[in-house]
Amino acid sequence: MSSPAPAVPDTHPPVANRRGSYWKRNQIALTPWLFLAPAVFMFALYVIWPIAQSFNLSLYRWDGLGEARFIGLQNYEELWYDDAFYTSLWNNVLWLVLYLLAIPAGLFIAIFLNQNVRGIRIYKSLFFFPFVISQVVVGLVFTWFYDPSFGLLNIVLGWFGLGPVAILADSNLATYGIIAAGLWPQTAYCMILYLTGLNAVDPEQIEAARLDGAKGWRMLWYVILPQLRPATFIAFVVTIIGALRSFDLVSIMTDGGPFGSTRVLAFYMFEVALSEYGFRMGYGAAIAVVLFLIMLVYITFFLVKMYRDERAG
Amino acid sequence: MFPTPVEKLSPAARTGYQVALPIAMIMWLLPLIAVMLISVRSANDFTVGNYWGWPTEWNLLENYGLVFTGSAMPQYLLNSVLITVPTVIGVLILSTMTGFALGIYRFRFNMLIFFMFIAGNFVPFQILMVPVRDLTLDMGLYDTKAGLVLFHIAFQTGFCTLFMRNFIRALPRELIEAARVEGVSEIRIFWYVVLPLMRPAIAALAVLIFTFIWNDYFWAIVLTQGESAQPVTAGITSFNAQYRAAYHLMSAGSVVAALPPVLMFFLMQRHFIAGLTLGAVK
Repeated sequence: MSSPAPAVPDTHPPVANRRGSYWKRNQIALTPWLFLAPAVFMFALYVIWPIAQSFNLSLYRWDGLGEARFIGLQNYEELWYDDAFYTSLWNNVLWLVLYLLAIPAGLFIAIFLNQNVRGIRIYKSLFFFPFVISQVVVGLVFTWFYDPSFGLLNIVLGWFGLGPVAILADSNLATYGIIAAGLWPQTAYCMILYLTGLNAVDPEQIEAARLDGAKGWRMLWYVILPQLRPATFIAFVVTIIGALRSFDLVSIMTDGGPFGSTRVLAFYMFEVALSEYGFRMGYGAAIAVVLFLIMLVYITFFLVKMYRDERAG
Repeated sequence: MFPTPVEKLSPAARTGYQVALPIAMIMWLLPLIAVMLISVRSANDFTVGNYWGWPTEWNLLENYGLVFTGSAMPQYLLNSVLITVPTVIGVLILSTMTGFALGIYRFRFNMLIFFMFIAGNFVPFQILMVPVRDLTLDMGLYDTKAGLVLFHIAFQTGFCTLFMRNFIRALPRELIEAARVEGVSEIRIFWYVVLPLMRPAIAALAVLIFTFIWNDYFWAIVLTQGESAQPVTAGITSFNAQYRAAYHLMSAGSVVAALPPVLMFFLMQRHFIAGLTLGAVK
């Protein structure tokens, strides 16, 4: 227990204080970890680790209760022959492509609203409305809007001697109907991004371009759009992610039907793992892995871009 | 008109614009206006098929009253509040801390941790679904508000870290250097120097996260089941089942469910938009 007498007289303060001085000396190195610890722990527990677990689970057959059985790649093999999987995948492609319409639509509305007249701020907020509302409510609202017996859409179609069409009951149209509902809030989001971007457009450049005779489309394409690049980038990222996350609308509006024709991967996964189709956790996980890998393309793209910006800035 | 300010155009064009604005807005909000109109109709109108004609009677109070007295909606609304508010507070605490750590300090893995938060935030929910549900079950938190709150805090911290970190990065570094020279401890720098400057970021994220969490549906149906814990987004679907064809009541219920984020948006508009458009202007 007894320590040898120090060869040099101890000039350090007593032990209790020495710990304080250790903290003092190293606080710049220690503080970030102290501040990061709770969030990193939570994030690892609820996000990072579950991703790894899902990958692992996709190699098992498991009903969520009993013993999980390792079956290798069988789940993926089954996916390969699963028609419902291809329907979902195809619908995801449709979502990805059509959802991007929100970007030009948002730009169009933003340009339309980018004026300084009385009450314009109210108009801007009202146009943004759909984005603030839950997708569940948007889904319900559009379900009624499409309703063949009393929906407003069919009444309007009726004025032109068209319809009635039961959009959500028609397996050829239902997915388009849902995407249109999704485009509504997404366009509002893109609109806000562009409105903010337009605020920052340099009026001198516009003047200069005007002197050079640019107007209309040429002005938009060569002068305005390049300055809106950051807004376009963000709009692209959030729209792609929104498209791949599409679940709420499908679930509310058609519940995957008619005949599974409106399923997307996100919905099919949920259906397989947590509904009356049987609690096939492993198979669900395999679908989730596919969806994750698709999303990974975009995540990587985003991170690479961010990394470059960080390096440059 | 583009990109000429409308004031510089001919009076005719200006009037045209002023007329076009409300028309465009009504068309844009048509589905919503329809729902609000339906929500004040009486059941009578529906039985006789009077969906869009002039309402035979205005049932505003009756319909909305029934939403609150004849169903579990008050419970769902309360649940939503009890899920959303703690989540917002938790996320703000964690993400100001991570933002501070990642924005101020240089250390190994800084970029790696930062990118982990961002990448995680983009992940599809489905890859988390089964493990997070199991974890919540194991902790005994399935079908509780706490179970949802914990998950939401963890997940949203990813998104908020991006915002907080960039925001702190943009603060003048000299402030921190000066405080260090004065011998102020790092924790006090966080509390007395950085935190007060972050108020706009905190406000922006508070409204944004409030809206995200209030509107969440997926996790609500994955992690909860019944009236005791489900938020209003999930509750509205059981409300839907209860009042199957009573469109006026369903509409009223939807309006009630949609209202809190809308109010939040109108009260905190500037902050809300600041949060959403993060990075859209350089």
